[in-house]
Amino acid sequence: MANTIKSLRSPLGRARGLGSAKEGAHHWWAQRLTAIALIPLTIWFAYSLASLAGGSYADFTAWLSAPINATLMILVVSVAFHHAQLGMQVVFEDYVSSHALRTGTIIAVKFACAAFAALSIVSILVVAFGR
Amino acid sequence: MSSSAKSAIRPLSPHLQVYRLPLTAILSITHRITGIGLSAGLLLLAWWLAAAAYGPDAYAAYAKVAGSWLGYLVWFGFSLALYFHLCNGIRHLFWDMGKGFEIAQAQRSDKLVIIAAIVLTVLTWLAAM
Ligand code: HEM
Repeated sequence: MANTIKSLRSPLGRARGLGSAKEGAHHWWAQRLTAIALIPLTIWFAYSLASLAGGSYADFTAWLSAPINATLMILVVSVAFHHAQLGMQVVFEDYVSSHALRTGTIIAVKFACAAFAALSIVSILVVAFGR
Repeated sequence: MSSSAKSAIRPLSPHLQVYRLPLTAILSITHRITGIGLSAGLLLLAWWLAAAAYGPDAYAAYAKVAGSWLGYLVWFGFSLALYFHLCNGIRHLFWDMGKGFEIAQAQRSDKLVIIAAIVLTVLTWLAAM
């Protein structure tokens, strides 16, 4: 009997997106676009992380002040925080049923992601340009 | 009355306490858990970068934690979560194109995702050594 189900795709999944999409399509597209951008960026980041994680101040700042590394690092933090913020929104939408609490937590996460992204980018620039 | 063929094949939501989740379902929730964990990990990255910007003293406080075995464990875990989420994310992108939805295909890509995530994590740390 169970064999009669051939696909994991639900009838709802097949119907979704065929009607009016409003702004949900933009969220969906932005999540995918940032995901694609993050594939090369995070592979580069994972390798850098493994190389530098326990390293010294001198090593890390010398590395980060190379323009290519500063540039890629700015891209990593801006795209990753944006993707994280979009993703966490979906998680809260799924689990927090109170409208007020849900909206409040989503706003808090979005503000926090923007703040930490700004801190990260400014920090990279401070290291890159020197104090 | 309820025994028509149509109602018999309707998929039901699993009762989580009695139903053993298939691997595909475990990977699905793992994608979400790693996404949350990676978001938290970005805060550590912000700490790292800010410590470098504030100077040697701030950096020493960061390096004391990051250079410990616990620090390495956290960053290693971050990289494993990242590679899992990345490989499973690529699978999501194929699903978005309507590819790989058959159960047999999904079961094969389950294993591919797990193996690729582990191999990439190990290769990354070996290459960086
Ligand atoms: C530091 C990096 C990353 C963070 C913090 C992050 C975080 C998240 C979060 C919180 C979600 C929401 C999870 C959910 O709704 O269940 C998500 C979803 C997603 N992520 Fe990432 N992610 C990162 C990297 C990546 C990469 C490299 C890819 C590569 C393909 C990717 C692909 C996706 C996709 C396709 C989704 C949507 C899944 C769905 O619709 O259910 N992510 N991510």
